[in-house]
Amino acid sequence: MKCVVGIDLGSTTTKAVILDEEGRILGRGITNSRSNYDLAAKVAREEALITARFALLRHEVEKRAGAEVLRSLLKAFRLSQTLAQLARLEELILGQIPRLVAEPLRAAARTSVGSIFDSIRTEEEAWFKDPDPPARSDFFRDAAGSAYMRLAEEIGDPNGVNFDLLVGLYDRCIIQVENEPLELGFRDHIGSALERIGNPDAVREGVEQAVHVPLDEICTVGTGYGRARLPFPKEQIRSEILCHGLGAHRLFPDTRTVLDIGGQDTKAIQVDDEGIVTSFQMNDRCAAGCGRYLGYIADEMNIGLHELGPLADRSKRRVKINSTCTVFAGAELRERLSLGEKREDIIAGLHRAIILRAMSLLARSGGVQNQFTFTGGVARNSAAVKALRRLVEENYGERTLNISADSIYTGALGASLFAQREAAA
Amino acid sequence: MTETAQPKPEVQKDRSMVLQKEMIARHFERLAAAPETKEPVVYTFVPGNLTELVRSFGALPVLPEINALQSGMRGKSRDYIAEAERLGHSEDVCTYVKCDIGMLKSGNIGPTGKRLPKPDLLLLSYTGCYTFMKWFELLREEYDCPTVFLQVPYQGDGTLAPEHRQYIADQLRNEVVPALEQATGKTFDEERLRHYLGLSAAAEDDLVAVLQSAKKKPSPIDAYFGAVYYVGPIFSAFRGTEEGAEYYRTLRAEVEARAAAGLGPITPDGPLDEQKYRLVVEGPPNWTNFREFWRMFSDEKAVAVASTYSKVGGTYDFGFRHDPKDPLGTLADYCGGCYTNLNLPSRVDMLVNYIREYDADGFVINSIKSCNSFSAWQLMILREVEKRTGIPGGFIESDLVDPRYFSPANIKNRLESYLQMIEARRREVSA
Repeated sequence: MKCVVGIDLGSTTTKAVILDEEGRILGRGITNSRSNYDLAAKVAREEALITARFALLRHEVEKRAGAEVLRSLLKAFRLSQTLAQLARLEELILGQIPRLVAEPLRAAARTSVGSIFDSIRTEEEAWFKDPDPPARSDFFRDAAGSAYMRLAEEIGDPNGVNFDLLVGLYDRCIIQVENEPLELGFRDHIGSALERIGNPDAVREGVEQAVHVPLDEICTVGTGYGRARLPFPKEQIRSEILCHGLGAHRLFPDTRTVLDIGGQDTKAIQVDDEGIVTSFQMNDRCAAGCGRYLGYIADEMNIGLHELGPLADRSKRRVKINSTCTVFAGAELRERLSLGEKREDIIAGLHRAIILRAMSLLARSGGVQNQFTFTGGVARNSAAVKALRRLVEENYGERTLNISADSIYTGALGASLFAQREAAA
Repeated sequence: MTETAQPKPEVQKDRSMVLQKEMIARHFERLAAAPETKEPVVYTFVPGNLTELVRSFGALPVLPEINALQSGMRGKSRDYIAEAERLGHSEDVCTYVKCDIGMLKSGNIGPTGKRLPKPDLLLLSYTGCYTFMKWFELLREEYDCPTVFLQVPYQGDGTLAPEHRQYIADQLRNEVVPALEQATGKTFDEERLRHYLGLSAAAEDDLVAVLQSAKKKPSPIDAYFGAVYYVGPIFSAFRGTEEGAEYYRTLRAEVEARAAAGLGPITPDGPLDEQKYRLVVEGPPNWTNFREFWRMFSDEKAVAVASTYSKVGGTYDFGFRHDPKDPLGTLADYCGGCYTNLNLPSRVDMLVNYIREYDADGFVINSIKSCNSFSAWQLMILREVEKRTGIPGGFIESDLVDPRYFSPANIKNRLESYLQMIEARRREVSA
């Protein structure tokens, strides 16, 4: 089967989208960019190929065994991947113990680390069995990291194998795990995933068929800040502004204005009825008010990025915050806390501040036309969406605001659509 | 396998480039020797500069803006700006000013490595930029020398009214000329001024021919980055001089030969014969990363076919020439017609006409953080030009000589996005 690939090398995450010959989305992948675009592109592409394989077997499996079985298979597959990564992380940490831990504490450290990993594995198995598991980050680093920290805190003992020592070991190894091209391929994990769900015949047949369909990538287009790293000719590189415009058009064909708030830049884009960009504005000399700002705030508050929006949604009284300087954000936060403001009110104010900055860019790019599509990682944040909806209505009147659940893939989707055009040319 | 380094493209030097380098070197040598030779020195600015008048008194002009941009190009401006900030100049002050003040406080070594002399007179011939006035106020404090201000009425309604022209000419006769007489110890020689104005007009004819050669396809010049070099002599110390006139004769012949041969301009990375995008550019360039900035355009095969910055020292392509028959009147016309003295509709008209006359594919605004004279209105200009031409504009932000405000990744991203947008629209139209 011929297919095309779009890769968006963002400052925070790298995404890949695969389209089939008809332009249908076959697969999507996402990973942390982690300052290693080569690896990030490889991992995101590999992930997209895996979901493409699942797309290929969906029809067969759903027909024979039902949608629920397919979902279980996908979860089992993810579990298999996660367990492989956990095993690698544990191996690396145990390997560091002789170097970083004093001899008398080594045995206890090994026991503590083993205990932590046993618990994480148990939790992962439980997550797999849970029919409605709680939402969590897509990334191994986030999911494994938060579990490791929590368990390290719980088991940190007074004999010297304390929390700091355990976290030090983790910090030393997690980057290496992320930067190793682990075997995440479809073939490597689908067998164990099948076993895990009982190896039903109907599913196995579908899997065998999907494994043997060749995926012939006839064109790849890259976009995003790391695009210069891609070993592609110039014609296969597109600016993320064009890609976001075209991607948003594909998701919502009546889109005329696109706002993308990414990790280090914010883009306000106007597009025509074909999704071609007619005007755009970006944040200028600094990244104030971009997605990284929220990441910084989350770090300052020691909570996950995905927890920020729900926290701000609890606000009853918005605190007015003017500065969107990322560097000053922590100071602003502490100052407000010291004045007795509630955390949720401050966070709501911070969300509004970054959206106000985006509103300025929207105005400069030509305003907010109907329909208006919000993309990028920040579009997943409910508090940012709420602030945006309100400010757009106040300034431009009623507008249809489109947000796709997969908005984070918009740039990669646009790149894949450009790849499709290149392939056809 | 060992990779061999790619040889750097050999820089092609035309005769005009050699001439320019030599004339600048001679000028700065004369300036360095001025304390001994007693040649009088007048500091002035590019917009509305009165070089012929200054030269007619045997005085040598010094243009602090040019020195600042040269410092930017030579990688000195960061330290000079830091020095000025240490002295108490705020971060938001025009970076030309801070660069100049920093240079002054660091030994006053000019672009060619020679020390610059103290001024005998500070001649502020354009008051439309208030920063200029404050700048000379600082220099007056430093040098304790006479200062003369020429008040130039703003073209608020798009024209220089007769009474405004008369007002400028009267100031020239009654204030500027006496100040120059006093500073130089020489009497005003109107015939000498007429002679110099004649030389100016000839050079202006040649310059206009050079700039308008960009109407050809491919354009034989880059009318923004390349034009910075072309306008250098006429915007600085060489308007109305024999060597200036010779430079422009030579340059014109070279450009006409390139045009006849169907060749593009010479960029720092070699000839740009294949031109994919013809652009009009508004706003001054960034000087600290000038070559890198130019390369962002030339790598994409984008050539500037017209620019407003190359008119900042004179809008000669609209027909104005210095007229020896009316020496002070023509200088009044010149001062009133400075690009930054034009009102918003005139600046929009200029860009719209350039886009049409030069058959441009697009226009790019480089908005300068520390120059309000240029940057105020630029987004309004962008929208209006888009509306009137149907061509989308690109918007880049940088600074004159403060390297802290040049973010290559951001600028490159914007420029590439803009050019790809033009390309996507082309494909859409052709489909």
